[in-house]
Amino acid sequence: MIHTENLTKKFGDRTAVEALELDVREGEVFGFLGPNGAGKTTTVRMLTTLIGPTSGTATVNGFRVGQADTDIRRCTGILTETPGMYDRLSAEKNLTIFARLYEVEDVKGQVEKYLRFLGLWDRRADLVGNFSKGMKQKLAICRALLHEPAVVFLDEPTSGLDPEAARLVRDFIEEIKAHGRTIFLCTHNLDEADRLCDRIGVMKQRLITVDTPMNLRQKLYGRKVVFHLREADDALLARVRALPFIKEAQRVDNKLVFGLDDPEAHNPALVRLLVEAGADIQFVGELRHSLEDVYLSLVGSTD
Amino acid sequence: MPKIWTIIDKEWAEVFKNRLVLFTVIFMPILFTALPLIMVAIGSSQADMGDATDLPASYLEMCGDLTGSACFTLMMVNQFLLLFMMMPLIIPVTIAAYSIVGEKTTRCLEPLLATPITTAELLIGKSLAALIPGVLATWLSFGVFAVVAYMLVQSPELLRRILDPMWITAIGLVGPLLALAGINVTLMVSSRVSDPRTAEQVSALLILPLLGIFFAQIIGVIAVNVQLMQLAAVVMVAIDAGLVYLGVRAFQREVTEWANQRMGESANEQIGE
Ligand SMILES: Nc1ncnc2c1ncn2[C@@H]1O[C@H](COP(=O)(O)OP(=O)(O)OP(=O)(O)O)[C@@H](O)[C@H]1O
Ligand SMILES: [Mg+2]
Repeated sequence: MIHTENLTKKFGDRTAVEALELDVREGEVFGFLGPNGAGKTTTVRMLTTLIGPTSGTATVNGFRVGQADTDIRRCTGILTETPGMYDRLSAEKNLTIFARLYEVEDVKGQVEKYLRFLGLWDRRADLVGNFSKGMKQKLAICRALLHEPAVVFLDEPTSGLDPEAARLVRDFIEEIKAHGRTIFLCTHNLDEADRLCDRIGVMKQRLITVDTPMNLRQKLYGRKVVFHLREADDALLARVRALPFIKEAQRVDNKLVFGLDDPEAHNPALVRLLVEAGADIQFVGELRHSLEDVYLSLVGSTD
Repeated sequence: MPKIWTIIDKEWAEVFKNRLVLFTVIFMPILFTALPLIMVAIGSSQADMGDATDLPASYLEMCGDLTGSACFTLMMVNQFLLLFMMMPLIIPVTIAAYSIVGEKTTRCLEPLLATPITTAELLIGKSLAALIPGVLATWLSFGVFAVVAYMLVQSPELLRRILDPMWITAIGLVGPLLALAGINVTLMVSSRVSDPRTAEQVSALLILPLLGIFFAQIIGVIAVNVQLMQLAAVVMVAIDAGLVYLGVRAFQREVTEWANQRMGESANEQIGE
């Protein structure tokens, strides 16, 4: 759906995006992570033809950036970093203007569909300036969807929102995701990326890595299982460590933490051994590293 | 084409809620209509203008068999009619200055540029949105002026002189064409600056040559006539065509610093409502 080769943008001597190689598949939610100034917005702007790349190529929905810009504009929707709604116009008017500019055939129908989708149909005549920040953001997302684009770019959709509004917007993105659209999501919120994205690209001027949230964790830390026992001691730990599939074993008070490649296959044997050894198992769980740990170590390692 | 109307519709809905723009659109025509009318009223109330010998010779010649007060009125009219030509320039330039830069400061321009609208459609829409109210306001005030002046002086001859082909050409054609030139320069400037006042000030310079003609006429260096006006109209058509073409080519469609959040915070405070 989106493909870039060697995509580079320089502002004077400052390189904002360097030799970006990306492949975003149809129908996936692709998370784009990176610290401030990493070049996320610049990338989105290049892919939506708002700025021209310095070098390299990109195609969106089969159209080449710089050659078929109008076609790209027709099949993409964008929530810009600052939503930029006309505060002095009503919600309906805001959407109507954009529906017309996006060459929507049934302007009235589409505007009504999305206003109802947002639960704003009754407030369609209200000025956007009077809406809450979360509402405005959702309206701006709808504005990007009016023409049912194949790809939607969302640049930090939840930044600057309070937790409640952010949650509204996040739930909303999940709903859109259910419609099977390709979504390119820039965010600083790692839980959001974890929850919404099929794959995540971490970038800082250059692309550091791309993978599913799960694989990212695993690549860095492997998978870990934790057993809470009524009582645990080092002798027990030593018996488990002797098992061939255990890569790592650790005791923290009454908890045993094991690193293994395939918990689904090996956990039953582990449980059996612990029970036979007389351990009282209270809880068993997977120890998940937060995506934040992953992200920080990825971004930090490039310094 | 329909996108041009969308832009016009949007501009009118949005720009006229800006108090400064509204003030210019309403106050200027009232001022420009009231001032010459006051002069006419003063002129026509002076009964001893019978011989009118203190008027410039060129006017006496022009007045022919008009009465003194009608002649005086005509002179005033001639001078203020040039202001009527300038009016459609001042109003639209104000609107145009705010229309692009205002959209930058409120960050509405970026999503707009992401739509499949062409630069020409965007600029033509914005030009027309700025031009039409200015021209209509001018025509309306000119009409009001002509009617009230006639009621004050009661001279059919005077009315004929006001509705002279020269003035019809000037106000009907040259004024709007001048305005279009001003708008295009303003749009060109405002696509490259981030403060509406800068755009307005640069464009205000355009009024200088017009003011030059205005004063040249007052002191009697030149007397505008219909041929001069027709020539001006032709020249302006050529200039406008060139400016529209240049404007579309020179318009900076790429988003730049104005679209960035941090820059934006301060810009938002600047936009005086
Ligand atoms: N128009 C511009 N002119 C000059 N430099 C720019 C311009 N736009 C962006 N930059 C620079 O390019 C770099 C990347 O900026 P960009 O906005 O893409 O980062 P980002 O990843 O979106 O950051 P954030 O998380 O803060 O939104 C920054 O160093 C920024 O200052
Ligand atoms: Mg950004």
